[in-house]
Amino acid sequence: MTAATLSHGGAGAGQSAGQALGTTEIAYHEAVVRHFTLATVFWGIVGFAAGLFIALQLAFPALNLGIEYFGFGRLRPLHTSAVIFAFGGNALFATSLYVVQRTCRAPLFGGEAMGAFLFWGYQIFIVLAATGYVFGITQGKEYAEPEWYVDLWLTVVWVGYLVVYVGTIMRRHEPHIYVANWFFLAMILTVAMLHIVNNLNVPVSLFGAHSYPVFAGVQGAMVQWWYGHNAVGFFLTAGFLGIMYYFVPKQAGRPVYSYRLSIIHFWALIFLYIWAGPHHLHYTSLPDWAQTLGMTFSVMLWMPSWGGMINGIMTLSGAWDKLRTDPVLRFLVTSVAFYGMSTFEGPVMSIKAVNALSHYTDWTIGHVHSGALGWVAFVTFGAVYFLVPTLWKRERLYSLRLVSVHFWISTLGIVLYITAMWISGVMQGLMWRAYDNLGFLQYSFVETVEAMHPFYVIRAMGGLLFLIGALVMAYNLVRTIRGDLRVEQPYTAVRTAVAAAR
Amino acid sequence: MPTKIEKDAITGVETTGHEWDGIRELNNPLPKWWLYVFYATIVWSLGYWVLYPSIPTGKGHTDGLLAYNSREDVARDISRAREAQSAYRARIENASYTEIMDDPDLLNFAITGGRFAFAENCAACHAAGGAGQKGYPALADDDWLWGGKAEEIAFTIQHGIRSTSPDTRMGDMPRFGVDGMLTRAQINDVVEYVMGLGNRATDAAAAGRGETVFAENCASCHGEKGEGNRELGAPRLADNIWLYGASKATLVETVNGGRAGVMPTWAGRLDPVAIKQLAVYVHTLGGGEK
Repeated sequence: MTAATLSHGGAGAGQSAGQALGTTEIAYHEAVVRHFTLATVFWGIVGFAAGLFIALQLAFPALNLGIEYFGFGRLRPLHTSAVIFAFGGNALFATSLYVVQRTCRAPLFGGEAMGAFLFWGYQIFIVLAATGYVFGITQGKEYAEPEWYVDLWLTVVWVGYLVVYVGTIMRRHEPHIYVANWFFLAMILTVAMLHIVNNLNVPVSLFGAHSYPVFAGVQGAMVQWWYGHNAVGFFLTAGFLGIMYYFVPKQAGRPVYSYRLSIIHFWALIFLYIWAGPHHLHYTSLPDWAQTLGMTFSVMLWMPSWGGMINGIMTLSGAWDKLRTDPVLRFLVTSVAFYGMSTFEGPVMSIKAVNALSHYTDWTIGHVHSGALGWVAFVTFGAVYFLVPTLWKRERLYSLRLVSVHFWISTLGIVLYITAMWISGVMQGLMWRAYDNLGFLQYSFVETVEAMHPFYVIRAMGGLLFLIGALVMAYNLVRTIRGDLRVEQPYTAVRTAVAAAR
Repeated sequence: MPTKIEKDAITGVETTGHEWDGIRELNNPLPKWWLYVFYATIVWSLGYWVLYPSIPTGKGHTDGLLAYNSREDVARDISRAREAQSAYRARIENASYTEIMDDPDLLNFAITGGRFAFAENCAACHAAGGAGQKGYPALADDDWLWGGKAEEIAFTIQHGIRSTSPDTRMGDMPRFGVDGMLTRAQINDVVEYVMGLGNRATDAAAAGRGETVFAENCASCHGEKGEGNRELGAPRLADNIWLYGASKATLVETVNGGRAGVMPTWAGRLDPVAIKQLAVYVHTLGGGEK
C-alpha cells in the first residue's frame, strides 16, 4: 500500500458520472447538482452585493434613498436570507445531493423529477421570501422573517429533501454511511424541526399575508433563539461540516485524520448545540437558570466544534505542500481555520461577563461574518471549484491563478471586515457602559454611532473586496463551463523554481 | 464490517478499512489535549451549576450556592448609583438657580447631568451642544424666543411649545397668504422691509411700501422695529438669525404659510431634578441671561 494508491481519489478532475459497481454502471443524477451549483454562485453574488449596499447605508444613511423598499430595515433581512438560505442553502443542496450519491454509490432517490422539484421548489421559496421582505411582509423574527404561506411551502420542499436524502442512503451500495452524510442528515432533520416549531403561527385570514405566533413573550423569544442559534448550529455548522468531510479529503487526496474523533465530535456537537440558544438572551427577562444553561452548554461546545477543525486540518498531514500548489485546497483549509476561530470566539462571547460587553454591538456582527465569510463561504468556494470541472467534465478549471486571486482578495476583505467590527464593537460596548464618578453615562447613543463611522467605511471596503472576489470566481467558472483553458504558468513550475533556488 | 484495513504509508497509521468514493479514514485516537479540555469544560459547567441558578424545578429553579439573581443584581446597581447621587439631587431640588450657579460643586453636578440628559433627549432636534438646525433654534447663542433666564428655560422644557401641556407656551404666526390676509405683492413688500431691518433689502421701493404692511400686520407681535416679543415667542427680526433660513424665498414661505414649530412637554418624561439640570446646562451653553 503506497501513498499514491491511498490518494487515488484526489483532485477529481477527470471523474465521470457512473462508477463501476461490480459490472453495472451507476447513473448518478447530476443535472440537479449542476443547477444548485449555478444557483449557489448566482445567489452568492446577489447576497454579497446586498450586504455591501446595506453596509454602505450604515456608513452613509442617505443611501436609504427615502424610499421604503430600499430602507435598511427591509434590505437587511434580504441580505441575511440571501447569503444564509439562498447562497448557503443552494450550496448545501448541491454538495449534499452530490456527496450522498457518490458516497452511497446509489443514484438519487426520486430521480431527476424529484431533483427538479427540489431545485425549483427551493428557488420559489427564495423569491417568495425576498419579495416579502421588500414589500414589508415579515414575522419580525430574525432569520425566520418569511410569513406563514412561505413557511408552509418551504416545509413541503424540505420534507421532499429529507425523503430524497434518506431514500438515497437506504438504497446505498456501501456497508457504512459516510460521516459527511451524518452531518447532512442531522442538518436536514433538525432544520425541519426548528423551522416548524418556530413558525407555529396562526394566519389572520386565509388570503392575508399576516399571522400571529403561538408563543408569546419570553417563551416566544426563547423559541426564536432556540431556532436562531441552531440555524447557525445545524444549517451553517453541521451542514457545512458535511461539505468539509467530503471535499477536504477529496481535494487533499488524503484519508480523514480520525474516524473516532468524527464519531465523538459529531454526537457531542449535535447533543450540546441544541441547548445553547439562551445565550442570545443574556440579561433579559429570560429566567436565570435558562441563561446559565445556554452559557454552560456553549462553553462545553468548544471542543466538539474543534473536533471538526482538527479532523479537517490534520487530514492534510503528509500533504501540506499541496497548499502551495493548490489554491482550491487553500480555500478549504483556510475555511477550517476560520471555523476554528469562530467556534472559539462563540463560547467566549456566550460567557455572561463577556456578553455584557459584546451583546448588541458590532462585535456580534464581526463574529457572525468571520463564520459566514471565512467558514461558510470559503468552504463553499472550495467545493464549487471542485464541483464545476467535475460536473461539466472539464479537464480542469479555466484558471488556478484566478482562484488564487480570488483567495487573496477575499481573505483581505474578511480581515478588513472582522477587524473593523471587532474594534468598533468593543469601542461601542465600552462607550455604552462608560460612567463618570458622579454616576452619569459618558456618551449618548448618537456619539457612539458617530464614533463607529470610520469602521463602517472600512467594513464596507472589506465587503467590496469580498464581492469582487466572488465576481472573479464567477468569471472563472463561466469560462470553465465553456470549456476554456487559460494559458498560464502551472503551480508546480513555481514550486520547482523555489526548490531549485534552495 | 471492516473489509480492508491498511497502513497509511505517510503517517504509518492504520485505516478503518472502509472506503467511500476513494475516501478512507485513519484510525487515529482522540487527541489527548482535546479530550482533557473537553472534560475541563464539562467540570467547569458542573461547578457553575452548583454555584448559580441552573436546574428548573417546575415552579422555580435551584438558586445555586451563590444565590445569584440578575434582577436583584441590576436593582442593586441602580440603587447604588441613585444613592451616590442622592445627596446632590436633594440639594439641587431645593436650591434656587442662583444658589446652584454660585456653588461650583453643585454647578458641576448639574452641568454633567444636564449634558447627558441633553444628548439623550434634546440633541436629536437641537443638535449636539445646542447648535440648532432648521426649525429648531440654536440654544448656544443669546437669541432667545421665550426667554433666556434659567427659570424661563426650565418652564419651556417643562411645558413645551404648542404642546399638549395646559400651560404650554403658545404663539401663532398666521398664514397671511394662504388665508388671504395679504396679497402676493404685499408679502413681497413686507419681506423686503424685514430684510431691510438687517440691511439686506434688494428692492428699496418695495421695502418702503412694506413698512406700512409691517406696521399694520406684524408689529403687534414682532414689535414696531422688529425687536420681537418673548411673551408670544415672536422672534426678533432686526438681527440676522433666522430659524428657518435667511433667504428671501424662505421668508416669503414663512409669511405666506405661517409657522408652528412644536416642542413637546418634558414634565413626566424627565424628573424635576433632570429638568433643573437641563436648564442649568442650556443656560451655560453661552447665552444664559441673569
